[in-house]
Amino acid sequence: MSKIHVQTTINGEQVDFLCPPQQSLLEALRETLGMLGTKEGCGTGDCGACSIILNGRLVCSCLMLAAEAQGQEMTTIEGIADADGLHVLQEKFLEHAALQCGICTPGFIVAAKALLDRDPNPDERTIRYWLAGNLCRCTGYDKIVRAVQDAAQQLAYEA
Amino acid sequence: MAEAVDYQVLGTRPVRPDGVDKVTGRAQFGADQNLPNMLHGKILRSPHAHARIKRVDLSKALAMDGVCAAVTGADFPTVASGVSIGEAGGDVMDIAHNVMARDKALYHGHAVAAVAATSLEIAEQALDAIDVEYEVLPPVLDVLQAMAPAAPLLDENCFTKNLPEKPDKPSNVASVMALSRGDVEAGFEQADLVVEGEYRIPMAHQGYIEPHACTATVNEEGKATVWCCTQGQFDFRTAIAKILDWKVGDMKVVPSEIGGGFGGKTVVYLEPVAVLLSQRAGRPVKMVMSREEVFRATGPTSGTVCRVKVGAKQNGRITAAKAWLAYESGAFPGAPVGPGAMSIFAPYDLENFLVEGHEVRVNKPKVAAYRAPGAPQSMHAMEVALDDLARQLNMDPLDLRMVNAADEGTQAPYGPKFPAIGFKACIEAAKKHPNYTAPLLEGAGRGVAAGFWFNVGMQSSAEVRLNEDGTVIVMEGNPDIGGSRASMSLMAAETLGVPYEQVKTYVGDTESTGFCNLTGGSRTTFATGMAVVRACEDIIAQCRSRAAATWGVDEEQVEWRDGQAVPAPGVNADVNPLSLADLAAGAPRTGGPILGRASLNAQGAGASFSVNFTDLKVDQETGAVEVLSFTAVQDAGKAIHPAYVEGQMQGGAAQGLGWALNEEYIYDADGVMENAGFLDYRVPVASDLPMIDTEIVEVRNPSHPYGVRGVGETPIVAPLAATANAVRDAIGIRINDLPLSPPRILAALGGE
Repeated sequence: MSKIHVQTTINGEQVDFLCPPQQSLLEALRETLGMLGTKEGCGTGDCGACSIILNGRLVCSCLMLAAEAQGQEMTTIEGIADADGLHVLQEKFLEHAALQCGICTPGFIVAAKALLDRDPNPDERTIRYWLAGNLCRCTGYDKIVRAVQDAAQQLAYEA
Repeated sequence: MAEAVDYQVLGTRPVRPDGVDKVTGRAQFGADQNLPNMLHGKILRSPHAHARIKRVDLSKALAMDGVCAAVTGADFPTVASGVSIGEAGGDVMDIAHNVMARDKALYHGHAVAAVAATSLEIAEQALDAIDVEYEVLPPVLDVLQAMAPAAPLLDENCFTKNLPEKPDKPSNVASVMALSRGDVEAGFEQADLVVEGEYRIPMAHQGYIEPHACTATVNEEGKATVWCCTQGQFDFRTAIAKILDWKVGDMKVVPSEIGGGFGGKTVVYLEPVAVLLSQRAGRPVKMVMSREEVFRATGPTSGTVCRVKVGAKQNGRITAAKAWLAYESGAFPGAPVGPGAMSIFAPYDLENFLVEGHEVRVNKPKVAAYRAPGAPQSMHAMEVALDDLARQLNMDPLDLRMVNAADEGTQAPYGPKFPAIGFKACIEAAKKHPNYTAPLLEGAGRGVAAGFWFNVGMQSSAEVRLNEDGTVIVMEGNPDIGGSRASMSLMAAETLGVPYEQVKTYVGDTESTGFCNLTGGSRTTFATGMAVVRACEDIIAQCRSRAAATWGVDEEQVEWRDGQAVPAPGVNADVNPLSLADLAAGAPRTGGPILGRASLNAQGAGASFSVNFTDLKVDQETGAVEVLSFTAVQDAGKAIHPAYVEGQMQGGAAQGLGWALNEEYIYDADGVMENAGFLDYRVPVASDLPMIDTEIVEVRNPSHPYGVRGVGETPIVAPLAATANAVRDAIGIRINDLPLSPPRILAALGGE
């Protein structure tokens, strides 16, 4: 089966890769590109562990074909921190102990980033509904919601 | 209460040592290990819940391009029954036959064959090419149905254990047990009133977000290395070796970061298969389960039927309590009915009780440990019955529990006398909590329940290494599921008298650290923490001796204070204190590197008690429950890192709420699970829950140097009954069974 040539932008970098037509974007990220920070919890779009930001939208990379990434711009967990250090969300997740096992954490941080990019001052209810597509089995969400609230405050203060 | 102790770092909330890698995506979990020349393995699973396997033909699969190995049950060595792998899943023969079916498939999803191929796609196509001939048998899916004398048998060689006389006929009842004290019938006669009920709870899954995954490689020398997500690399090594009839010393197990376990990753599924496939193919083999496989073939905890009867005087004092428990073990023995029976009455000081337990085989997956295994189900029954009792007595449900509460010196139903325990302190804290004294919103209901877990100690090792610059490495062997590296670093820093930042804790593989039993039983911070403290004390002893040699004084003339060797009071030595950095720098001249170690079999784990209460509202039109508040009060002995203790309490509350309100395995008549995905097996999401309020009670565990009790399991015990009791309070109708899903509540309300 011939492979498809895909040119896309990941975390600001031009990336080329080949993929079979049926390959998911998650699989291309993890297996072809070796970007293992994006996790698979279900493969059916129910858990949000594979969340990425695609052209400003939060998507489950397991529900997208790799070939659909052609010409798109995406941000993965590997692109959240920069040369200056951790993103505020990452710092707040650490400060608030908002992770226990950590498998869902990349997805939550990417999803929370997508939220704060569009709504810098979300209330608790907005945060809870926005993050309802991301499953965490360890924390009961309490400390995750607090970390996002605190990050929003910090970003507002810095702005 | 214990005297207040001033600690330097214990009780603070620093960032965990593995934190940065986990928020940036760098941390390597089970599915993140790839090797050159690696193959992908997949498992063929039974499409029948109960079937004799007449023939498995691998020839077509093996002939396919890209298929490098294929195995069936016949390729595994014969394993005799009778050897238990303890915490890691029970009898080795049962685990082996669960890993790969031999002559019978015992549940829908039971592994029947496996292949390894050059790509995942080819491996999946190869599964379709495997030809299996089944003789389909009628499945047994209900615990009571399975106990009936005429029920189809899962195993003709299963004779009920622990009966007074060996039975002459096989049965699906794998074992029975009983616990008793006093005279229950006499106790019921003394009672002013009696409550009783039968309570059913279906199977539920641990629901860790990371599916099981492993990568195995066997070299030409016959040595294997297995990377996997596991709660215990050493117990996995034992299990794989026994199932494959290998030498333990020929196998290395490297634990990845673990994406949740809750008991479900104490058991091997893929690992022995991957090793065998790698051995056959001569190449590394990676295997990762799909979510559907996780639901169909791993985990769940027992579905249960519990009957409880409680008699009490008008003042609330219980005169007798009786329970009958039937726990599904799934396809093989191993239901946690023992802990269920031992925990059901554990919070209470009872003169007369009787508990009878049954573990029953059904054509569903073999159950695995799930957080306080067995206790949530049985204690749901008791705590609901007590709620009914409190209503009839017109007593506050916390007062009823206080009247009967176990305390220091009370003989536990399972034998020993409790040392200092925190149950009464939890009840008092709950009663004073602002959420409890606050009035209930109109139309809402409030429910209360108690929780308990034994906790365990078991074997642990730790090594503490002093680096050349005075920084400290702690090596231990317990996979970190919820921040335990931070707890180890805190205990080491406290013991050594140095800042938290000076210590870093690592989890080693089976060849880089001493033996540790698995992360389970809420044992890690208690038992491995104790080993870390002892290993630090070993370092301190060596440091004192090195300082003594440096100063030319006796060892007794050197004290360890605030992270430094100092002359003891009254010792006339004109010397400067020696810090860890000084001692490390001087080590080449005073005897070489400084390395502390300890190994132990920790005793006195210290039982952990809790009280939970919740306020909720029920939508009369849809039957949906809205949780308004949830308050968890629990005795932690000493909270080493309070944020992670709170996290355990909050996470357990959320899991318990999910179990109480929504989660259940739903089967069709053929024994096929109908909701094997997160869309239909609905675990709580952020918008389902409020903030979960916690109050940590600290009643020191006398057996631990810092008073620690395990905290990981107790949190899931009380939420089931607390939620059920709150729904009862909200709608005025008692629903005995779980989950309290919208259809069940609507039916109780008389709707459709």
